[in-house]
Amino acid sequence: MSFVSIRDLKVAFDDTQVLHGIDLDIDRGEAVGLVGESGCGKSVTWLAALGLLPAKARTSGSVRIEGAELIGAPAAMVEKIRGARIAMIFQDPSSSLNPVQRVGRQIGEALRLHRGLRGGAARHEAIRLLDMVGIPSAGTRIDLYPHEFSGGQCQRVMIAMALAGQPDLLIADEPTTALDATIQAQILDLLSRIRRETGMAMVFISHDLGAVSAVCDRAMVMYAGKIVEANSIDRLFAAPSHPYTRGLFEAIPDLDADRTRLVPIHGTVPDPRQLPAGCAFSPRCSRASDFCLGHRPDLKTQAEGGLVACFHPFPARSAKAQEAIFA
Amino acid sequence: MSVLLQAQGLVQQYATARSLFGKPGAVRAVDGIDLAVRQGEILGIVGESGSGKSTLGRMLLGLETPFAGQVRYRGQAMPAPGTAQWRGLRAQMQLIFQDPLAALDRRMTIRAQIAEPLEIHGLARGEALNRRVEELMARVGLRPDQADRYPHELSGGQRQRVVIARALATKPDFLVCDEPVSALDVSIQAQVVNLLRDLQEQERLTMVFISHDLKVVRNICDRVAVMYLGRVVEEAPSDQIFAAPRHPYTKALVSSVPRAGRGLESRIILQGEPPNPAARPPGCAFHPRCPMADARCAATVPRLENHHGRSAACLKLDRALEPAA
Repeated sequence: MSFVSIRDLKVAFDDTQVLHGIDLDIDRGEAVGLVGESGCGKSVTWLAALGLLPAKARTSGSVRIEGAELIGAPAAMVEKIRGARIAMIFQDPSSSLNPVQRVGRQIGEALRLHRGLRGGAARHEAIRLLDMVGIPSAGTRIDLYPHEFSGGQCQRVMIAMALAGQPDLLIADEPTTALDATIQAQILDLLSRIRRETGMAMVFISHDLGAVSAVCDRAMVMYAGKIVEANSIDRLFAAPSHPYTRGLFEAIPDLDADRTRLVPIHGTVPDPRQLPAGCAFSPRCSRASDFCLGHRPDLKTQAEGGLVACFHPFPARSAKAQEAIFA
Repeated sequence: MSVLLQAQGLVQQYATARSLFGKPGAVRAVDGIDLAVRQGEILGIVGESGSGKSTLGRMLLGLETPFAGQVRYRGQAMPAPGTAQWRGLRAQMQLIFQDPLAALDRRMTIRAQIAEPLEIHGLARGEALNRRVEELMARVGLRPDQADRYPHELSGGQRQRVVIARALATKPDFLVCDEPVSALDVSIQAQVVNLLRDLQEQERLTMVFISHDLKVVRNICDRVAVMYLGRVVEEAPSDQIFAAPRHPYTKALVSSVPRAGRGLESRIILQGEPPNPAARPPGCAFHPRCPMADARCAATVPRLENHHGRSAACLKLDRALEPAA
């Protein structure tokens, strides 16, 4: 049984459905990437799964953590599972930290709630965590306030706080988006090191395909509230099958290429209130047929491995062609 | 190519709040920059937050008066802000910002926003004004029926097209784009980058393209200047700077770009924190994070010099230069 098992998760805000049935499994210790553009539902998936959406959101489906159902469960039980097993870090660390509390106290709060540590033991553990995430002279900086840290260091403090509960799963929602390139590299390095050391599973939500490929084993691509493609990182990057996935790859300029013209995906992401009747990507898709305009494709297992929701996927490349890419 | 805009010894400094006992301090956002922007080229300015790239952009446009040094546009010194001469220059140079929603007036229709610069500079009126607005909208890929919409009714990419149309209204020669595609999704980003490229080629615009996204800079710029703590540390044609960076900071920056399908190997992970302009290290500003720095780097400020045909500011450069490169 997988550690997290999500089945047919649907979310609607004010009668507008934004998530159209997500199926997702995460094993212990696995790192899974969730890729997509703004509004595709990658953050909503996890906020819904953990019961963090505002009350007006209607959530249905099933989310099981080691067999325990979260959807429809009493709030106290959800809180217990969520707090003890799962931690989440967000894009903007400075707005997730309390500006008027010393960081040591904020980490101490997590240690007290999740592990019952107090006083000297809590302080000692907080220093160890700050040290682990690479805050220099943690012993003295534990008494500083968030504004006395830079953006990258605030993200490190957030990670230390997330690790305080010794979670089995860390959900990182765009954790490096607000950071500068060289600091982003440090944080990605830190996340993959911590995962190796603690063996926790990780969900890495990002619009940055490069960052996802650097830290994940497997990735899912989302579009308009659905998963459109899922595969191992190697296969996904070597042979993207869904036209949207392929479009995303082609739209990103290549650092090693010449000044060639970019290949954009024309059009824009559909309004969730007015989704196309058939495949949500069909109005922007170069491979769409009349059939695509009237029918919604399901996420189906492919012969070569991986899942794709498309009636006309790109054929998987031969093994030989793939070798050439990695050479 | 002739030089359109020349910056000489540009310095900008801002006063910081007074500390309890001391005098107000000074923060040097830009600390001595010499730069030439040639007619018809796209010059990229890259660097991390706090490196002074936006301040430099504003000084190049004459929106800020430098603390020291000067900007010469077509050989003439930049007039002081607010003067009639300065206002006349506004039509010739324009700025495109990162956040189009903040740059647009929420209560004005798209048509009125694009028409505004034409009215201010008295370039068109009546029927000619309407025609010019329609022409500009078509130019940037907006539909005619969007003219009567308001900014919130458009998507992020469309809003940025409005900002670009408005900047082009006065037929400028010189455009500064400050992170123009950073707020856009990947698929839309490519559309706007292509649009900027087409406009630059067809209208023979000269552009300064400020961005922290090296991949976009690689794609659109002819030449790139890398900034670190208010100084240019390396400057080279785009092809060279990304294929064979010379300065240790540029090397780390180029290697830190996450590439699809490549793991964390071969990335140079810099130690230490991003630079803080309020606490500039002595000597080479990069030395506390530099893997090659020694005692000399902590004492001497390196100048931007020509090393084997490449412009870089590093005391270690001869060692940094691989024999094969």
